[in-house]
Amino acid sequence: MSRVLAIMLVAAFACGLAGNATAMPEIEHWTTANGARVYFVAAPEIPMIDARVVFAAGSARDDGQPGLAELTNDLLREGAGERDADAFSSALGATGARLSNGSLRDMAYVGVRTLAEPRYADPALVLLADAIARPRFDAAAVDRIKGRALVALRHREQSPESIAEDTFYREIYGDHPYASPPDGTADSVTALGRDDVVAFHRRYYVARNAVIAIVGDLDRARAAAIAEQLSVGLAAGERAAALPAPAATSAHELRVEYPSIQSHVRVGLPGMRRGDPDYFPLLVGNHALGGNALVSILFREIRNKRGLSYSASSYFVPMAAEGPFVALLQTDRSQEPEALAVLRETLGGFIADGPPAADLEAAKQNLIGGFPLRIDSNDKIVEYIAMIGFYDLPLDYLEQFTRQVAAVTAEDVRDAFARRVPLDGLVTVIVGRAEADEG
Amino acid sequence: MRSICLLLAGLAFLAPPCPADTVHRTHEFTLDNGLELIVQEDHRAPVAVVQVWYRVGSAYEHDGLTGVSHALEHMMFKDTKSLATGEFSRIVASRGGRENAFTSTDYTAYFQQWAADNVEESFRLEAERMHNLVISDEEFAKEINVVLEERRLRTDDNPQALASEATQAVAFQTGPYRQPIIGWEADIEQMTAADIRQWYQRWYGPNNATLVVVGDVDPAAVHALAIKHFGPLPAREIVPPKARPEVPQHGTKRVTYASDKARNPYLVMGFKVPVLPAAVRDEAVEEWEIYALDVLAETLDGDASARLSRNLVRGRELASHIDAGFSATAMLPTLFYFNAVPRDGVALADLEQAILGEIDALKQAPPSAEELERIKTQVVADTVFERDSMMHQAIIIGSLESVGLDWRLRDEYVDKIRAVTPAQVQAVAAKYFVPDGLTVSYLVPEAKS
Repeated sequence: MSRVLAIMLVAAFACGLAGNATAMPEIEHWTTANGARVYFVAAPEIPMIDARVVFAAGSARDDGQPGLAELTNDLLREGAGERDADAFSSALGATGARLSNGSLRDMAYVGVRTLAEPRYADPALVLLADAIARPRFDAAAVDRIKGRALVALRHREQSPESIAEDTFYREIYGDHPYASPPDGTADSVTALGRDDVVAFHRRYYVARNAVIAIVGDLDRARAAAIAEQLSVGLAAGERAAALPAPAATSAHELRVEYPSIQSHVRVGLPGMRRGDPDYFPLLVGNHALGGNALVSILFREIRNKRGLSYSASSYFVPMAAEGPFVALLQTDRSQEPEALAVLRETLGGFIADGPPAADLEAAKQNLIGGFPLRIDSNDKIVEYIAMIGFYDLPLDYLEQFTRQVAAVTAEDVRDAFARRVPLDGLVTVIVGRAEADEG
Repeated sequence: MRSICLLLAGLAFLAPPCPADTVHRTHEFTLDNGLELIVQEDHRAPVAVVQVWYRVGSAYEHDGLTGVSHALEHMMFKDTKSLATGEFSRIVASRGGRENAFTSTDYTAYFQQWAADNVEESFRLEAERMHNLVISDEEFAKEINVVLEERRLRTDDNPQALASEATQAVAFQTGPYRQPIIGWEADIEQMTAADIRQWYQRWYGPNNATLVVVGDVDPAAVHALAIKHFGPLPAREIVPPKARPEVPQHGTKRVTYASDKARNPYLVMGFKVPVLPAAVRDEAVEEWEIYALDVLAETLDGDASARLSRNLVRGRELASHIDAGFSATAMLPTLFYFNAVPRDGVALADLEQAILGEIDALKQAPPSAEELERIKTQVVADTVFERDSMMHQAIIIGSLESVGLDWRLRDEYVDKIRAVTPAQVQAVAAKYFVPDGLTVSYLVPEAKS
């Protein structure tokens, strides 16, 4: 029953945060003996521990071998230390712990959620430490995960949304590492070998390139012991090099023909980075434009007034280098011209004039009033402190937030959007049928 | 326990009547008009989630009107007598809230998450749209187009979703689970504002709803607020739909879904299995059977060490991905499904046979003591992990109540799973995983002609 219900859980989406009088999680920070940065919050209410290790080892490090970062990350749970994949999964299952892993453009992570009781937590943490420091990369596992990756790639090819996403990144990033698809391509994945994976792991899964985030029912001493345990097997190594800034884009439109009923439309460009000087004006402005779920300007114009799309939104993805800004919708092919016109007109008006006062006020109220929701579970706190560590944000980032949001003016937003989201830089990607009356 | 609780509910201003469990601190009340209120304290953060669950979903619908519960869910965000279109959402957003709603076969639920001092605002708004919804022709005309776009997005442009929809429609011949929750396209296209008004009048009332609050709240105060805002609403006469029992199946059903958009083949297998509400209704189903089926699901697909991953994803390397399971708390007997994507070069028929082989193994021999121990450890751990999400806690409570179960079942769950024996798992494998309960679908990629 519990597992079945879990399927229905509505995923909470978080991409920024605000702050007010809410009690802030008290973040403790130190560095392990070999240079891993540790962030810890004690949360004694539930007898469990979340530990997550994040590396600058995402697809931005693929360096001409698209798919390598993801393949490496996926293989971490396919056998480590003395245990092959079967033995590893059996040992993990016996602890009741849940292991999670993932690889994005900037970061790759592995984490565990375990009961705090040492008889469960101790073996679970041994397995996590083995996974990051002593993965086996058995040849059979490499072949199997490569095979799975090729199937997953074809799955993306039957999803117009995935095609639109991959195409959009390619179009706005050109030669920049963010253009490289995290899942790779059929050719690039086929060409990957065990040696590539071993070399990638050796270079990027190292202590100085790691952030360890720990939240749960434990004190600092135990957290420190766990952090040492998780990092001791890692070579000290070096932090990954800083990523270059993406080049400016020039406005153009690309249509990818695909036999879907709907056209998937994305408009955007490289947006902002973590710690960006324009972070707050862009965040608040976008919240008014397309981020404030059911009440944003785009939602109102495209969905509520005209019924043109189920989703109509915009967002920034702040990353180590300038992550994308994107406004998107999907609509029946016959309505595509109208929907695109409304999207462009709305965007253009917003960029030229800045946010209407009422929308700006609503956006700020929502960001500030909604702050407590962003840190109301261990799951969210571990994600935030990992983010703060990974992007070198100040420890009082959360405390500053409300103040920074509150200070944003309409002119700040207009000015920031005019400079950072210029109309003559907006790239449009449309995935759908060439003609409305076909098929 | 429950009857005592109900007796006390009328005078529950003074103290929580029913301290059912100390871990969750959950309290139940019933208003005079029949509205159920369940409050769970969670003081970790100054927030609360408020959910209103209506006992209506696609399984209550009939031919020609499929999708009406879901379309009504969309219209619940439009006008009421005292709120203009969009005002509801503007109020929630202005106070920092997040809100949404979801519709299933068995229920429709609405929620807000925000600072705990907004619970009264949730009640004021939800009571208003529970009783005073206005469905204008103008707003309906726009919103039904949004629903059609949602169907195109989730189903019509998604080959696997189309194959799953077809599987469900074939597996159930007379029972309402054959209908998609979002509705058939033609039904959505022909739906009228009047259809939705009638559906609202028929099902939305305090005596057909459960109000769930989880968060940093005082149960007695929440109860008082519920009486203030929902208390004045009159109960409606609720006439249950006529029963549409599923006719017995004779022989395995097969579906081939050919798609020129699919790039991967895909296998769906579903066995008809009983559910907890059926066991409670005493339909010749023993309660332990449902828990044994749950353990069986975990044996096959609980984690990466479970049999399907160990034997078919690793081991024989036949599948790129498999998942299996069923909803023990569905209102009506449901499908225990297997969804699988084959590895390159593996025929769907071979993957099907391999899955049947794993089921046969469980018919021949019960799961090992080690497997059962692993499952029981994970169930205990998961019940602790789940406490991290207030939203999830509220969903468990609301969904149980909405299908005619008692939310206290949640607290008995671990013990019930612990009581399952290896022989019982073997017994349900033999009883339910039979050709007369099986539907098999192949999604076959096809070159565009």
